[in-house]
Amino acid sequence: MPVRIKIRQENREKIEAICRSFNNNPGELINVLHQTQNFLGYLPAEAQEVIAQNLHIPTAKVYGVVSFYSFFSMIPKGKYPVSVCMGTACYVRGAEKVLDEFKTQLGIGVGETGPDGEFSLASLRCVGACGLAPVALIGEKVHGRLAADDVKVIIEETRKLG
Amino acid sequence: MDQVKLIIDNKEVAVPNGTTILKAAQQMGINIPTLCHFELKGMGVHNKPGGCRICVVEVEGRRNLAPACVTEVTEGMVVRTNSIRAINARRTVLELLLSDHPADCLKCSKSGNCELQNLAIRFGIREIPFEGEQSTYQLEVSPSIIRDMNKCIMCRRCETICNDFQTVGALSAIERGFPAVVSTAFNQTLAQSPCTFCGQCVAVCPVGALTEVDHTAKVIRSIADEKKTVVVQVAPAVRVALGEEFGMTPGSIVTGQLTAALKALGFDYVFDTDWSADLTIMEEGTELLGRLTKYLNGDKDVKLPILTSCCPAWVNFFEYQFPALKDIPSTAKSPQQMFGAIAKTYFADKIGVKREDMIVVSVMPCLAKKYECGRDEFAVNGNPDVDYSITTRELAHLIKQANIDFASLEEASFDSPLGESTGAGVIFGTTGGVIEAACRTAYEVFTGKTLDKVDFEELRGLEGIRAATIDMNGTKINIGIAHGLSNARKLLEQVERGESQFHAIEVMACPGGCIDGGGQPLHHGNSDIIKARWEAIYKTDRSMPIRKSHENPSIQTLYKEFLGNPCGHKSHELLHTHYFDKKPVIEIDLDKK
Ligand code: SF4
Ligand code: SF4
Ligand code: SF4
Ligand code: FES
Repeated sequence: MPVRIKIRQENREKIEAICRSFNNNPGELINVLHQTQNFLGYLPAEAQEVIAQNLHIPTAKVYGVVSFYSFFSMIPKGKYPVSVCMGTACYVRGAEKVLDEFKTQLGIGVGETGPDGEFSLASLRCVGACGLAPVALIGEKVHGRLAADDVKVIIEETRKLG
Repeated sequence: MDQVKLIIDNKEVAVPNGTTILKAAQQMGINIPTLCHFELKGMGVHNKPGGCRICVVEVEGRRNLAPACVTEVTEGMVVRTNSIRAINARRTVLELLLSDHPADCLKCSKSGNCELQNLAIRFGIREIPFEGEQSTYQLEVSPSIIRDMNKCIMCRRCETICNDFQTVGALSAIERGFPAVVSTAFNQTLAQSPCTFCGQCVAVCPVGALTEVDHTAKVIRSIADEKKTVVVQVAPAVRVALGEEFGMTPGSIVTGQLTAALKALGFDYVFDTDWSADLTIMEEGTELLGRLTKYLNGDKDVKLPILTSCCPAWVNFFEYQFPALKDIPSTAKSPQQMFGAIAKTYFADKIGVKREDMIVVSVMPCLAKKYECGRDEFAVNGNPDVDYSITTRELAHLIKQANIDFASLEEASFDSPLGESTGAGVIFGTTGGVIEAACRTAYEVFTGKTLDKVDFEELRGLEGIRAATIDMNGTKINIGIAHGLSNARKLLEQVERGESQFHAIEVMACPGGCIDGGGQPLHHGNSDIIKARWEAIYKTDRSMPIRKSHENPSIQTLYKEFLGNPCGHKSHELLHTHYFDKKPVIEIDLDKK
């Protein structure tokens, strides 16, 4: 029988307010999605369902847009989002190995979040810290001149922050 | 309209302004290949993404090749459709598509009917020079439809028909680049999605990415099982389309060969869904008159307009999209389900067969009927009223496998008693037919007079929305008709706003009604085929000795011997149903942090 979707009251109200601020106009879907993602940090299925019902468009269309653009995500970021720079400078100095080591150590792929919600992994274009290449960001903190061997240590240090 | 002159393949042609190169060339008998482009003329179905580029042509003075299906002609244009450059470009497009296509034509259910395969034949493809990465999507089997997206060529015809023509919106293009595909929201199953199982996406898919769930093996096994009595019913639209599968001209009426073939296949009883269409009219017509009489007597609470309920895709549509209106459709079951309910009670008793030992098979133009016969409310202790529903296409396969030479079969007739029908039953196969059949009976019951002319021409036609007023001896009944769920949506929105002028509305989901159901022989966008089937339906009606449902003698006997009165106690138990609210429910989550 009908599909049941659960969402917290305040999230639902906020998303509905965002839709209203764009006059529930389906043409504003991308803006609605942006603001919703800014608020929730990501775009879970239930948020997309609420948006679809308020803008009177099929949920499949909302999902189509969310899955089309790489800046939309359906997965919540970890408490410590890891971003490895894959700009040219970082790349030639071994960023790929660093990224692979993060994947191995965290057991997740790019665009994923670990089951404990602590870490998520992303790759970035140049962050403008080429002098420190290869670079990874964990949350706000910049880690420079990384080698694959350092990865394990900095993950453990970050974990200790609690 | 202004005429534009241009030259295509060295020949001059004049066409109206706004014509595409593709159409201008078609007029000259030049058949440029197409793949994504799809149009059902006069039915409001048009897919023109201009994305596949199989149709590219050379236009003098332009650097790039132009897709003929979306490029409009201009004055003095010089077009070459068959230059080496155009042919090579097309070949490359085709080879690239094939490089990411599982080459399992031998066991693909679209084989022989696939537009990609046809192009590969036309281009004489003998090898595929590109080694492509192969897509690996999960196969989805729903109650009616199989989605094998590894075969999808992203023409987006299904998305267009599902969103624009049906306004269901179950399907959308998702992702980008190589993983791009047409899918449901969050890759949910079709059953979880708003899909109505109308099957129109299957009808337009050029390849084997969308196909029907095949029940032919189960049917063969049932026939072979000596303990089972196997009863078959055939929907009206099947008899005007099945011939196409055997090379006959569209619109051929093959009722006689069809019944003969079913007997040759070994069904124990060959019956007619037209018979239960007549029964539907008795029930639905009585319901209509009941509501109307109350209304005329000043009852303000009576639910009008009454909506027909014989199209299961339409039922799915209002259950999901307009649940607040679920009390206004007729509660009468579809003819398929009425047949099953009577076959497994009245008829089973008559021939002394236990319910469990009877198998009811239906041959339908429809994919939604596969879903419908599996609905929980249409079973008794887990035993469904209709066991298997197969399509016109599946029946053609059964006949071919059984070495039956269809065209030369000696004509046979339906068995008695569930095979006796009227002209009113057969017109259920097309848009406007259900309501016309209802009017024939309602008029006579309501006025107590005999109709001079049973043909209600004003209810016929292929326009998406039609309206007519029927004068029943001074009482004027306003009738609305829609085919295609986008058109139904418009009428429903009027009802929702309290602005509907109609007393009764008929809806069928498919273009033209069941004659172009998702289970019919594929027409590949040729709407003349639909037109021919449409004419054949009315021709069949005219040829019937009885043309009003209430005059069907075996229906009269059924009421006398078994049911009592239309809409009486027994009818309610067996022939009526109720509807569910299927709109997704957004619940407030109290625990989730
Ligand atoms: S069966 Fe009809 S409703 Fe379902 S996906 Fe196909 S076109 Fe859409
Ligand atoms: S599933 Fe079929 S109709 Fe839909 S996009 Fe793919 S190939 Fe085209
Ligand atoms: S119009 Fe006919 S074929 Fe199409 S879904 Fe409805 S009942 Fe089935
Ligand atoms: S048929 Fe013209 S671009 Fe596909």
